[in-house]
Amino acid sequence: MSALSLAALRTSCGVPPKIIRSTSRLLSNDGHTITNVEKTFHRRSCCVQTYILSVTRLYSSQPHNPKVPKMPTWEPVPEDQLPQPAQIPADLVDKLERLALVDFRTKQGLECLEKAIRFADQLHVVDTSGIEPMDSVLEDRALYLRDDAVKEGDCAEELLQLSEKTAEEYFVAPPGNIPLPKREERAAMLKHSEF
Amino acid sequence: MAAFCVAASELLHNMKQISGFYPKASCVIRRIRTTNPRCDSQIQPRAKSTPQQLVGVVGLEIHAQINSSTKLFSGSSVRFSAPPNSLVSFFDASLPGTLPVLNRRCVEAAVMTGLALNCNINRKSLFDRKHYFYADLPAGYQITQQRQPVAVDGTLTYSLLEGKKRSQVIRKNVHIKQIQLEQDSGKSLHDDVHSQTLIDLNRAGVGLMELVMEPDMSCGEEAAAAVRELQLILQALGTCQGNMSEGQLRVDANVSVHRPGEPLGVRTEVKNINSVRYLARAIDYEIQRQIGILQRGGTVQNETRAYDSKSGFMPEPNLPPLIVYEDNASLPAGIDACQAVVVQKIKEGLPELPSIKRDRLVQTYGILPEHSFTLVNEDGLVEYFEAVLMATKKEPRKVIGWVTNELLGHLKQQDLSVSQSPISPPALAELLELQETGHISSSVAKQVFQKMWRSPGKTAAQITQEHDLGLVSDTAQLHSICQKVVDSHPDEVHAIRNGNKKVLNKLMGLVQKETKGRADPVLVRKILQEKTS
Repeated sequence: MSALSLAALRTSCGVPPKIIRSTSRLLSNDGHTITNVEKTFHRRSCCVQTYILSVTRLYSSQPHNPKVPKMPTWEPVPEDQLPQPAQIPADLVDKLERLALVDFRTKQGLECLEKAIRFADQLHVVDTSGIEPMDSVLEDRALYLRDDAVKEGDCAEELLQLSEKTAEEYFVAPPGNIPLPKREERAAMLKHSEF
Repeated sequence: MAAFCVAASELLHNMKQISGFYPKASCVIRRIRTTNPRCDSQIQPRAKSTPQQLVGVVGLEIHAQINSSTKLFSGSSVRFSAPPNSLVSFFDASLPGTLPVLNRRCVEAAVMTGLALNCNINRKSLFDRKHYFYADLPAGYQITQQRQPVAVDGTLTYSLLEGKKRSQVIRKNVHIKQIQLEQDSGKSLHDDVHSQTLIDLNRAGVGLMELVMEPDMSCGEEAAAAVRELQLILQALGTCQGNMSEGQLRVDANVSVHRPGEPLGVRTEVKNINSVRYLARAIDYEIQRQIGILQRGGTVQNETRAYDSKSGFMPEPNLPPLIVYEDNASLPAGIDACQAVVVQKIKEGLPELPSIKRDRLVQTYGILPEHSFTLVNEDGLVEYFEAVLMATKKEPRKVIGWVTNELLGHLKQQDLSVSQSPISPPALAELLELQETGHISSSVAKQVFQKMWRSPGKTAAQITQEHDLGLVSDTAQLHSICQKVVDSHPDEVHAIRNGNKKVLNKLMGLVQKETKGRADPVLVRKILQEKTS
């Protein structure tokens, strides 16, 4: 049963079935691993969509690094410890789309956004009172200061070749910032368009 | 009640002028300026019974291009005009895999400017990314220092010349909120022929110092004086060349109007200003425009660009915090000298600032503060003045008038700079010597000056000779002329003998007319007094 579930899971991860059979043979030799995988599955079944397979890597020439735990050593934070799920008003979606120039207004897009926020909500469990926020892991390094001497530039030809459209020695800008229409106008626009 | 009527009618008068206002009619602008109530007018004594007038509130955001050989984060050259995209490195073009490397000269420039403006220098400052989409910003973000800039809390002290003769020097302060290092964007040119936008990245990545000022000013004149003073300071420090027309100093003004004591009104931005004079006009126009709107019962519209909304900031992950050290004692052990920016060392190396220079000129030469102000305000005028002093024995206090009135007046009329003056310092000195030694009178000296201006190269002596303007000091000749005048005006002589001394001036005038103004006035007076006693 476990091998079959394994197969199902593996397929959904995009690994072809042929390899799975060899995997199951490997696994059956190492009973310990199967049991653990089973246990993992049971634990995971109450959590949604975490396809974690902690088995040995196939086709890896290096042995398993002992510093890397064979099983995950963390558990997702239980729901009751998280704050309220974030409500994303339509205006905010509008603003985000405008800032990022990414279309994610579909149901799938919004779900993805909500899940991402939920995932990040786990950070709220950590107590950070009295601690300065860290904005770079480089903060204990010295910032290198360079001399004011000309060392670069003079490569206009090379740079212009990278651009699709140029005019003499200038880059031609893509069509300008066309601001996204407001929410209400959009609905009207989409109705009349072919999308 | 009467005061209210006066105030209201004055406003109406202003508005009538504004309703006929077109930006190109510069003469109208001048009228507005002179009829404007003085922007620093204190509370009128009758304020209790009158509703307070709307006053302007002006805050400035200044971007000063750092005078360095290379850009802020890359080693490409900084030059005003060069073939398009020839001063662009891979980092400036934001090709993937490139990283910013901070230019020490830019840090020193920012610290120097902060010290000159009495700021607190932050020992630790941080870099951020400000994200917005525009064709001239290849990375899609600008590296700036929004959260913790290199210098905060400073003061810019500037002076205004006020009073009927512009002889009163009034000192004012503007609070500087912060000075931050940031990248400049590229330039976009619009090609209307092909309806496309062309991008030149030569300017992208050049170091800028953004100076954020509090809205402490109330009219265009104050803003212009503050910017002028900042220009002089930056030029003296060498951190920025301060040329507004070349875009080295960019000023954006935030203008609003309100009644004193009430909350601030809606702000509008005045941008794309390329001279100090235009800055004053543009701000005053905007203030009048807003007052006009409010008086008619409307509301001021504010068109902010989309990326002005306060989002799109994140810490710059590729740059650790910037540390500047207080003095040599606080340097960590083993640090390379060229890796350390030491505030003490920079403070000791600061050149003479304009305000100090003005005080020094007053002390050294005994001239008045307003003269000193005019001298320092004009490029090259101090050097001119000092060159004249070297070539003449005349007192500085007597020379200064010639330099600030005659010379400067003529230069301004023809829109010339000091270096373009047709009269050189030695030539002017010679003219003054002629006057000092009694060869020509002071009124004649002014005439000679004008002639010298129109025919550069001719010396004062030559002109005096040619036009026979030399002082007549031949006593015999003077005696005979005076005698003639005395003889032909017996009534006046009688009046003088009876005690009316003022009539003597009339006789003197007659003598001067005879001699075409070339008589030595002191001598003439003496002779006349003798003859009429």
